[in-house]
Amino acid sequence: MVCQGTWAKTWTICPTCEHSSIKQTIQEANAHDTLLIQKGTYREFEILVDKPLVIKGINYPIVDGEKKGEIFRITSDSVTLDGLFIINVGVSYTKDNAAIRVVQSKNFSIQNMVLEQLFFGIYLEKSSHGKVYHNRIIGDAVDEYNSGNGIQLWYSSDVEVRKNHVQGTRDGIYLEFSDRITITDNVSMDNLRYGLHFMFSNNDIYTNNTFENNGAGVAVMFSKFITMKNNTFRKNWGTAAYGMLLKEINDAEISDNTFEENTIGINIEGSNRIKYINNDFVGNGWAIRVVGACYTNSFKGNNFLYNSFDISYNSKLNDNVFEGNFWSSYTGYDLDKDGVGDVPYRPVKLFSYVVNRTPETIVLLRSLFMDIIDFSERVSPVFTPDNLKDAQPLMKIRP
Amino acid sequence: MLKILKYSFYDLIRSRWSYVYFLFYLTLGFVLLFLNNDVSKAVITMMNVIIVLIPLIGTIFGVMYYYNSREFTELLLAQPVKRSSIFLGQFFGVAGSLTLSLILGLGIPFLLYGLMRSNAIFDFSLLLVTGAFLTFIFVGLSFLIAISNENKIKGFGYAVLLWLFLAVIYDGLFLMSLIVFEEYPLDTFSLIATALNPIDLSRILILLKLDISALLGYTGAIFKKFFGTQLGFVVSMAILLFWTIWPVLGLRYKANRKDF
Repeated sequence: MVCQGTWAKTWTICPTCEHSSIKQTIQEANAHDTLLIQKGTYREFEILVDKPLVIKGINYPIVDGEKKGEIFRITSDSVTLDGLFIINVGVSYTKDNAAIRVVQSKNFSIQNMVLEQLFFGIYLEKSSHGKVYHNRIIGDAVDEYNSGNGIQLWYSSDVEVRKNHVQGTRDGIYLEFSDRITITDNVSMDNLRYGLHFMFSNNDIYTNNTFENNGAGVAVMFSKFITMKNNTFRKNWGTAAYGMLLKEINDAEISDNTFEENTIGINIEGSNRIKYINNDFVGNGWAIRVVGACYTNSFKGNNFLYNSFDISYNSKLNDNVFEGNFWSSYTGYDLDKDGVGDVPYRPVKLFSYVVNRTPETIVLLRSLFMDIIDFSERVSPVFTPDNLKDAQPLMKIRP
Repeated sequence: MLKILKYSFYDLIRSRWSYVYFLFYLTLGFVLLFLNNDVSKAVITMMNVIIVLIPLIGTIFGVMYYYNSREFTELLLAQPVKRSSIFLGQFFGVAGSLTLSLILGLGIPFLLYGLMRSNAIFDFSLLLVTGAFLTFIFVGLSFLIAISNENKIKGFGYAVLLWLFLAVIYDGLFLMSLIVFEEYPLDTFSLIATALNPIDLSRILILLKLDISALLGYTGAIFKKFFGTQLGFVVSMAILLFWTIWPVLGLRYKANRKDF
């Protein structure tokens, strides 16, 4: 009996067992014990996990919060949650109720969870060195004001968010003041607002994610040293939708991403020293829209295919470099057969310049007049920045 | 009138030019669908072609037909036939055969490529309806110009100028006024200016039905709010109808008074 405190014990919970309540069992358990939750429905909410435990569901037991409030609240280090099916998080207009909230913890691991009918999904608050792995979060958000985010990180650092599927929430993945986060292999789709939303978060890496059909695409704002690789941004289509919205982003690297069928592929505002390398822009309304104050960016080796506008600029000043991209509307020739066009390509159409100045003129989209003046501007540029050109356009598409 | 309509119609149906016109659309339809196999994308490209070419062809064909059949018209005028029915018959003959070429030429390839199974059928029928309207409008206008000008060169010149004005210059003036008055709210103005020109109106009507309308942004939202409603649709159809009818009435008026 003396040994009980030092040896990890395994507790089994099922609706008909001796231990039928998760909450009570946690109170009785000691640190580093394992709780196995058998299949069944547990109507509990505000379950406080205040000691390091492994809580593992077997065959996805249902934890039903009955819309009364928050469900799991983790305040201890080294907690693992695994394989639970959590439903009915209480919607509140004063508190951000989450299915799982992690508060000031380290080394946590939340994996294989299924969350449905939620307000906020997984909410990490001032936590670090944890893992959010392979969860499925399916919301049914209709309005922005009474819905929450799928995975939210607030003042957290060194967290790995991997292989999650987030759908139908307000913001799929939301980061605020969170540094050194890796976001990999996630799918974020059909969310009301942003698929991924960054605010004041530096040194983060996101790779191999797919963001599809979100209300406004992906927004990356006020952050430094971000790396974005191999992501896919698809079908963020609507009057205020972006594949990716960059605002006040400095020193980032954006490479090997695919932007497909977005109203605006990338909207750039006040972002400097960003490298755009080997991205594919396919069938967007605007591939890249530069709104203002963007300096020393370089665009190299990108494919621009069948976009209505390749680049849109709102000033005459250009400090960005375009080099060695492939442009599907390039009509030049290559006499010396070195694979690089002999005539520079000018990606900014006069029409897009005019539209930036007077937005109402967009009603002339696809009219013969516009095609004619675009053509004449291309032959001899007057209004668009003179040095805004790709002097070495590729003749063949970059594979 | 029906007899003359029938005569003009069959005369044109048998003529080489309707076949060329028909074959042109047929090839265009097949090539477009072959190149991008996606019916709704092809509709967009088709729109570009239609709003420029249909008015041009309608204008030139109308003027040409009027001047060419002048001797036959004079022969008819000597017969006890109502004047208005001679000219209206010719007008409907020309416009009808051009519309038929358009509908068959575009319809056949799209049908073969499975239009019925795709949901672009409504966009496509809108395309054909506006195409038919544009044909009638521009053939009517060109007949009116031709009947008002004895001089063939002058008539041709005016007709081409008219096309140039509505297809290109109008948009230029429109753009200039938008830029000059950019400080003022321009939504209502641009709405009205678009509605007044049948080419612009057709373009916007089709654009708003397609995905691409999202590019139109805020202004597009206002346009959608107007043209997307039942009322807006009825109003735009009424405007197109008005553009079809007034040249015809003018033609009748001129025909009854003209001294041959």
